[in-house]
Amino acid sequence: MTSSTKASISAQHLVRRFGHFTAVNDVSFRVEKGEIFGFLGPNGSGKTTVIKMLTGLLPLSGGHAEVEGFDVTKDAEAVRENIGYMSQNFSLYTDLTVSENLTFYGRIYGLSNDHLRRRMDEIIQINGLGPYIHRLASQLSGGWKQRLALGCAMLHEPKLVFLDEPTAGIDPVARRQLWDLLFDLSGHGITFFVTTHYMDEAERCSHVAYIYFGQLIADGTPDSLRELPDVQPAGTLRIEITTPQVTRALRIAREIPGVRNATIFGQSIHALVDDHYDLNGLREELLKRNIVVAEIRPLAPSLEDVFVELTSQHQARQEAPRE
Amino acid sequence: MNNVFRGFSAVFYKESLHIRRDFSTLFFSLIIPILQMFLLGYAIDTNVRQINTVIYNADGRRESRELLDRLKNSDTFHLVRYVNSDRDLNDAIISGKCRVGVKIPVDYSDRLLHQTGAQVLVLIDGSDSSVAGQAINVTTAIGLDESLRRVLANSDAAFPVEMRPKILFNPDSRSPNFFLPGLVAVLLLNVTTFLTAFSIVREKERGTLEQLFVTPVRPMGLLLGKLLPYLVIGFFELSMLLVAMRFLFGVPIHGSVLLLAFLSLPYIFVSLSLGILISSKATSQAHAMQLAFLTILPSIFFSGYIFPRETMPTFFYYLSYFVPAAYYINITRGIILRGAGWVHLWSDAVILFLMGAALLIIAARRFHNKIIMA
Repeated sequence: MTSSTKASISAQHLVRRFGHFTAVNDVSFRVEKGEIFGFLGPNGSGKTTVIKMLTGLLPLSGGHAEVEGFDVTKDAEAVRENIGYMSQNFSLYTDLTVSENLTFYGRIYGLSNDHLRRRMDEIIQINGLGPYIHRLASQLSGGWKQRLALGCAMLHEPKLVFLDEPTAGIDPVARRQLWDLLFDLSGHGITFFVTTHYMDEAERCSHVAYIYFGQLIADGTPDSLRELPDVQPAGTLRIEITTPQVTRALRIAREIPGVRNATIFGQSIHALVDDHYDLNGLREELLKRNIVVAEIRPLAPSLEDVFVELTSQHQARQEAPRE
Repeated sequence: MNNVFRGFSAVFYKESLHIRRDFSTLFFSLIIPILQMFLLGYAIDTNVRQINTVIYNADGRRESRELLDRLKNSDTFHLVRYVNSDRDLNDAIISGKCRVGVKIPVDYSDRLLHQTGAQVLVLIDGSDSSVAGQAINVTTAIGLDESLRRVLANSDAAFPVEMRPKILFNPDSRSPNFFLPGLVAVLLLNVTTFLTAFSIVREKERGTLEQLFVTPVRPMGLLLGKLLPYLVIGFFELSMLLVAMRFLFGVPIHGSVLLLAFLSLPYIFVSLSLGILISSKATSQAHAMQLAFLTILPSIFFSGYIFPRETMPTFFYYLSYFVPAAYYINITRGIILRGAGWVHLWSDAVILFLMGAALLIIAARRFHNKIIMA
């Protein structure tokens, strides 16, 4: 058995119940080595619960998971040796300096003094923490806290790093820099498991999955998800309508027969329509209802479109059997 | 790899940094017990003296004044008021201004003269039992003494039986000598339990505890790493309390100070483990504070610190066997007051150590099973 053929994470039929509430319901997925795996879903849908199960913080109520080849239930300690984890609130010791935080985590993983010093130099260089090493963590801005937290999580050279909403509350520049850093590191073979709310971040991932109220409803590369028949059913067309009256236009567009789905994106509406409309026909339909259309054009679905579509179909399927 | 204490030195390193960084909190948590010792040490005096007493002397002749002088000289009574009617005598007691009223009847001197047996009425406010008890004992004793003196005045006979009580260890019955060794136990428990409980609950609140659980640190490594720096602090606090007790309150230490220091270690260990157990249950610092108070109350009331364990109702007497402070108070009073040695106290120390180990293991199991995260 060569470890290179094994997945970084292999989760099969994961279930986690809290009393009568099922937070994670039969979730299976596989993350290959070196991937940046984007794990998406609304708040409370089970993202953090899945991370906690994979890192051994929460026991599984059912299913089986292997992380870096180790069973998370039977071999939790070996799993912990091989992973890094950065939680939502960065979890730093704010009354310790940058270098003390790093030293502490290095010692926790039992790095020898020489090894620790070398790794600290590397981390400080990669993350650009040099000017701040003797500053208290509480005095760092959000972006620097996040870099320090990432540094602490990576000091022991883990093969897999979990980042739970690493960019929540971080300014856009720091957000961009973090992603550049992740790409850089993933180029060195490190696997990242990232949860996020930002769709532009999801687009950057090499592999995304979408969890909705405990169930996994999408799993694949961003491109393969865009081409899913559920997202782009035969005989439909995805279009973008730009108009100064978006709010009113949305209400009206939804009443036009053949418009299956419509959502606002800034100054425009993304809609899924039956392809018996040509674009000009639709423009006239709207004009008849007093909507002036500035531009109307076909559109490749964004990941956000994909998730909106899959979510509404999933809801429809969930409700159907009850009626 | 399979070291159950894994992470110990890292946690110890970090915890020492926390303590150094947050020096003001530490300073106050160390100085407040010393202040408490001052307050309690000076305020509490269990010896009943100078009870406010009201006198109705209806006789007023020489014999009656002699009796009053004897009451005055006993140090137990403080004659604050003289009245001229039964009503005023009663009122003085009901209003709470006096706790004892003495009425010497109009025929006191006559009856003494005619040897027909004089009677003196002593009214005692029973609302404070120790005051009432002392008042009964002293007035009875004065009465007996006075009678004997008069009976034996005309003969050369000596008292046939004389009791000669000798108080062994605190001959002056000084209250600080009795109270402060117990107070040391209570204050020490206070500081150490709070400090450890807070240090872990703070990590829960910050989310760093969760972070630690994702690392290979083992529960025992984590808990001992947290416990040891506070053991040092607890020991330091103990030294300060003992110095204050010895040199400010003048309580002599009859036994070995070194032995006292050594036998204090298991007690500090129990208190710290208790703090850790509390932290495994508490979700916030406020919650931890409530739970800590819950453990401190039994240490005050069931440890023998204030009320002797022997006089407790059976249930509470057996309950007191589970109160660590009870064993430690036996150690402190033993060494400080009675000059007890290792032979007398080793079993208390062993019990304390076992209690501490048990609490720590329970806490470690709770941490291991991540019950605390739920």
